Amino acid sequence: MRTEILSIIEKNSKISLKELSMMLNMAEIDIANEIQKMEEEGIICGYHTLINWEKTSIEKVNALIEVRVTPQRGKGFDNIAQRIYKYPEVKSVYLISGGFDLLVTLEEKSLKEIAQFVSEKLSTLDSVLSTATHFILKKYKDNGTILTSEQNDDIREAITP
Amino acid sequence: MKELLSKKIVNLKPSGIRKFFDIVQDMKDAISLGVGEPDFETPWHIREEGIYSLEHGRTFYTSNSGLKDLKIEISKYINRTQGIKYDFNNEILVTVGGSEAIDIGLRALINDGDEVIIPQPSYVSYEPCAIMAGAKPVIINLKAENQFKLTAQELENCITDKTKILILPYPNNPTGAILTRQDMESLVKIIKEKDIIVMSDEIYSALTYNDKHVSICSFDGMKERTILINGFSKAYAMTGWRLGYTCAPKEIIKQMTKIHQYAIMCAPTTSQYAAIEALKNGDKDVEEMCKSYNYRRCFLINRLKEMKLDCFEPFGAFYVFPCIKEFNMTSEEFATKLLKEEKVATVPGNAFGESGEGFIRISYAYSLDTLKTAMDRIEKFITKLRNE
Repeated sequence: MRTEILSIIEKNSKISLKELSMMLNMAEIDIANEIQKMEEEGIICGYHTLINWEKTSIEKVNALIEVRVTPQRGKGFDNIAQRIYKYPEVKSVYLISGGFDLLVTLEEKSLKEIAQFVSEKLSTLDSVLSTATHFILKKYKDNGTILTSEQNDDIREAITP
Repeated sequence: MKELLSKKIVNLKPSGIRKFFDIVQDMKDAISLGVGEPDFETPWHIREEGIYSLEHGRTFYTSNSGLKDLKIEISKYINRTQGIKYDFNNEILVTVGGSEAIDIGLRALINDGDEVIIPQPSYVSYEPCAIMAGAKPVIINLKAENQFKLTAQELENCITDKTKILILPYPNNPTGAILTRQDMESLVKIIKEKDIIVMSDEIYSALTYNDKHVSICSFDGMKERTILINGFSKAYAMTGWRLGYTCAPKEIIKQMTKIHQYAIMCAPTTSQYAAIEALKNGDKDVEEMCKSYNYRRCFLINRLKEMKLDCFEPFGAFYVFPCIKEFNMTSEEFATKLLKEEKVATVPGNAFGESGEGFIRISYAYSLDTLKTAMDRIEKFITKLRNE
């Protein structure tokens, strides 16, 4: 039941309990309880809105930063990751396999602010060996949703039989 | 001018769905629940394979019976889903949709006056195809109280010494009915006893919602007397690719291939390459789509229950088939009024045979949002009718 609830609300967090109950053939109250439990257990961590900021007048600059760090004895990468993810402008921090260690994504209002963050805050951390900053020029698809304006109309034609 | 035309063809009834669609087309804000094809686009990796084949110049005919690799994949697919082994070399024919297979299968078997048993409500092509092949169609009017399943009794009652073929249309369009292994057991007994050939149209086999589909070919001794029909349209959302296939005993495939080669040459090449990819790597997509259909199915069933519209629970295809007899209208009157007053298009059940009278077909090959709005409108409509 959890897998089903999760797979539906992962795509549409706005779906009503009533609809969920009809789709899954379960009582609304049971679903509500299950969702609450999953929130408490930290399985459901939040309900966000995917916004295509490019269509607004608000400026946003996004960057991906590859970070190479020295892991600490006994703590691995956790400590340094924490020091980075505590910054509110940091959108995500992943530990990555391959040529570098942490992938940090950042959202700021301007290029300058990102530059500032990288040079003043991130690079100056003791364990950080090097950084490489990539600016995002255009988002085609985000979180499984295509952002370019492809038409979604029903183009099926009438056909018989 | 009539002499100009074939009497047989002139006398064929035009499809009952058509008329309806013409009205819908003229109505701008109408919601249609009439379409019998998936709303999903073909999964990208399958389309990609079609594009790749074009880029690499695979633009020639294939052999008449289809690409060898495709036939091998089809044979593997049937083996892994049904445990039946077909020889890709001479027991499989790739066709232009399942519909071609219906046509040429009947033509390959029928001698003038042979009887073809057609359970209805069912897909509208069986009857005209049987007539065109020179057969006499014998209709079984399936009953709602049997969940539109074909019963042994019904079958037995219409068998004569002219009976040649039984068309077995499950999972069923328009009712969504399925046959379980148990349901089939008693049918199989009669079929063997009376020496009947079965044409099993399993185009919706991938779309069942409780148990996995069982093919009648998996019964002992049935593979030898069955023309199995399937295709890519419904399972992989590939309607526009026009690709299906049929599996049957060698001697039947041989004759079907003759008609196929003279009339069609071969199925579309691009589609065949794409279909190989579908069978190799498409199971996950089918599962995803099936899940999605199932959510909508449950939603509709519960919504119909809420508005107290009588409907048996369908376990296959993507249709529900509620009963509208309480309103004392014919299916056509009901569907027309619903379309005019609330702008929701459904298909009147009688389009699928006399026994579909008193029912309407609702397709759930639509987004949940569309279904929601449509069901709200239907509820408004029947509330109004009940208060009249």
